[in-house]
Amino acid sequence: MKRHLATVIAAAAVLMLPASAEAQAPKKGGQLKFAVSAEPPDYDCHKNTSFAFIHPVRPHYSTLLKFDDKKYPAIIGDLAQSWQVSPDNLTFTFKLKPNVKFHDGTTLTSADVKASYERIVNPPAGVVSIRKASYTDIGAIDTPDPLTVVFKLKAANAGMLAQFASPWDCIYSAAKLKEDPKFPEKNIMGTGPFKFAGHTAGSHWIGERFADYHEPGKPYLDGFRAIFVSGAAMVNALQGGEVLVEFRGQSPANRDKLVAALGDKVKVVETPWICNLVVGFNTEKKPFNDPRVRQALSLAIDRWQGSQALSKIALVRDVGGVLRPGYELAATESELAKLPGFGKDIKKSRDEAKKLLKDAGVPELKFKLTNRNVPMPYTPVGVFLIDQWRQIGLNVEHEQLETKLYQAALSGGNYEAGLDFNCDYMDEPNILLIKYVSADKSSVNYGRYNDRKLDDLYEKQMRATDTKERIKLIREFEKHALEQAYTIPTIWWHRIIVHWQQMKGWDLTPSHYVGQDLASVWLDQ
Amino acid sequence: MTVPAVAISDLNYDRPKRRGLAARFVITHPLGAAGLFVIVVMILAGVFADWVAPYDPLTVNYGAMLARPSAEYWLGTDTFGRDVLSRIIHGARTALLVGFLSSFAGSTLGAIIGVASAYFGGRIDMIIQSFMDILLSFPIIVLALAVVAILGKNVAFGLDFNLIVAISIPMVPRVARVVRSSALAIREMAYIDAARTSGFSHTRIIFRHIVPNVTAPYLIMLTALIAQAILLEASLSFLGLGVTEPTAAWGLMLSGSADDFYQQAPWMIVFPGLAISLAVFAFNLFGDSLRDWLDPKIKI
Repeated sequence: MKRHLATVIAAAAVLMLPASAEAQAPKKGGQLKFAVSAEPPDYDCHKNTSFAFIHPVRPHYSTLLKFDDKKYPAIIGDLAQSWQVSPDNLTFTFKLKPNVKFHDGTTLTSADVKASYERIVNPPAGVVSIRKASYTDIGAIDTPDPLTVVFKLKAANAGMLAQFASPWDCIYSAAKLKEDPKFPEKNIMGTGPFKFAGHTAGSHWIGERFADYHEPGKPYLDGFRAIFVSGAAMVNALQGGEVLVEFRGQSPANRDKLVAALGDKVKVVETPWICNLVVGFNTEKKPFNDPRVRQALSLAIDRWQGSQALSKIALVRDVGGVLRPGYELAATESELAKLPGFGKDIKKSRDEAKKLLKDAGVPELKFKLTNRNVPMPYTPVGVFLIDQWRQIGLNVEHEQLETKLYQAALSGGNYEAGLDFNCDYMDEPNILLIKYVSADKSSVNYGRYNDRKLDDLYEKQMRATDTKERIKLIREFEKHALEQAYTIPTIWWHRIIVHWQQMKGWDLTPSHYVGQDLASVWLDQ
Repeated sequence: MTVPAVAISDLNYDRPKRRGLAARFVITHPLGAAGLFVIVVMILAGVFADWVAPYDPLTVNYGAMLARPSAEYWLGTDTFGRDVLSRIIHGARTALLVGFLSSFAGSTLGAIIGVASAYFGGRIDMIIQSFMDILLSFPIIVLALAVVAILGKNVAFGLDFNLIVAISIPMVPRVARVVRSSALAIREMAYIDAARTSGFSHTRIIFRHIVPNVTAPYLIMLTALIAQAILLEASLSFLGLGVTEPTAAWGLMLSGSADDFYQQAPWMIVFPGLAISLAVFAFNLFGDSLRDWLDPKIKI
């Protein structure tokens, strides 16, 4: 009996050990230094799209809701203390935390939330709201009292609640917006855990602890310093301990290099990433207006073998359709294998591709693949695609442009085929499928096509409140999108973060846009 | 007294053996000849790359990623399983084409400007030389970077012509300066004055009487600048501003994934680096020897 008891106690002690280690009390103080491999073009959350913006800027702001990093994609309140959704899914009522302070000492009220969302939904002249299309269902925003905001929707929207947790929907001061609607472009003034303390272009960004932050006891850090450094210099900075982390992601080679050099001084965490490289075809240019040509180019790609090989050298890994593989609404592997371009018999697929090209009258097609000159993962995936197309006798020229020129080429229709990205902060079909819907409805559709069947299916899945029904509609959308092959998914990204052990309180999520307010991060030193 | 006639052919003295031009160059300039040999090998490799290279330089082989040098892959493979030797051989084509075309364009334009500047003199010379001074004040790589960033890419026949322009421009003032100094001396010659007084046109005087006399410095600069052009092309490709993947180019082979994997697969950077060094060394050796060969003052 005693022996059994001892065993039980020992087992309990072993089980409790990691738990107690995890439950280590956060320590206050210290400055977190982290690397950011690009710089934000300006300071406005509502017009930006890049990690280069979110990593240094997000710690200065709060949003209405936010994702629970430990239980992603669960949602918790940020400025909202509680919220209610009406049974018809048309009214969202948020109760705000009382006595929330802006960094200038003024108190946040529902008017600030209303002004910020009105700026997103109906931006004034000269203001860019890049995600405006995702909020068109918002009909009215009421503020019955200083701590209550009510959003009234024109139609039920299955993903609306999660959209209120968008890291891009920073809440600005209504007074500042009234003075100048473009105030956030050049100024940082929010309610986030850190006050803005300076930005030296080409060098670094500094944030200092905000003593009146609305989460009691947080933030734990005295401040942070984001250092703008990229490539080998960034890896060296990480290896040398000059920075403790880079939050976007490392390549497998850099992960191995850092682990070999630093051993257990660093922690490696990995997850499938809500990021996919897609090939978009300019349907206004011949022969890409012909679905046979587009489908042939998709059929020629051996995604299954490519994913295995590329995962060793680039930050891509999983094969998936229009939604991230593994997400509850995404296609399973067996469902995917039935879709054009995802079959596992590559010889059969390539024979079919050659036949389609011959039927279309372009058996030896020559074209240009426009790509971004960001090495990882754009270059390896570009080289992979060109090789795949060479295998069916095509001659593809690789054009790698600087980001600004690349974006101008894609948005201006000055390309034939382009390697584009589809990344966002959550696996919400309303957000990720917008890439595929008609150009007259989606600002991120660079294929310059309109397909009403896709639009109709997109609209229906958005309104579906029954999950099974929604999955069915998404599968139908995916099948049609891949048959038409206006935009074809390649391989989904895989996020690898290597950070020094002394950084605690940060949790990996499948999005590099989420979990970056640094409120819970602390240094064990 | 009659001196018996002796035929010259009967005289017994050591006549210098008549050797060919190439043989004389090899004997008098062995280092230059070695450089020339490497250059010829490179040219042959570049021209016959499709036959000489053991593999297609673009063919990806995921089964042979990062393979060590072996009997199958003499210089190993890169991250895409592409044969490094085949890419170096095909890379010679890129390096030589860009090197020759850009140094030819830069040197020729520089020579024209240098001769014109010297011949016309006065205010024209002052304006041209001031502009050349401005160009010379920029380091070569900085000027090339600026030009390539402004012009962007203009690819035709697999060659980026804007890259060639970008590499050519920094060469212009260097050649112009050297050629001008030679042309200034020639301008003062009596036969130039004679040509002028005979009423010959400026074009005729420049092309018939001055240009042939500045050929030696032009050729020397042309050869020396090929090495610089190869290095510049490799540098720009390394910085992501030259040719793009999957084109086989030496500078490009040193960048991209080589940056990530050089510790695991050092052959990915060692052999392309050696190819660049060897090519630059060969052109420099040959250029130096050619200068000695063509300069009559050094012969004396």
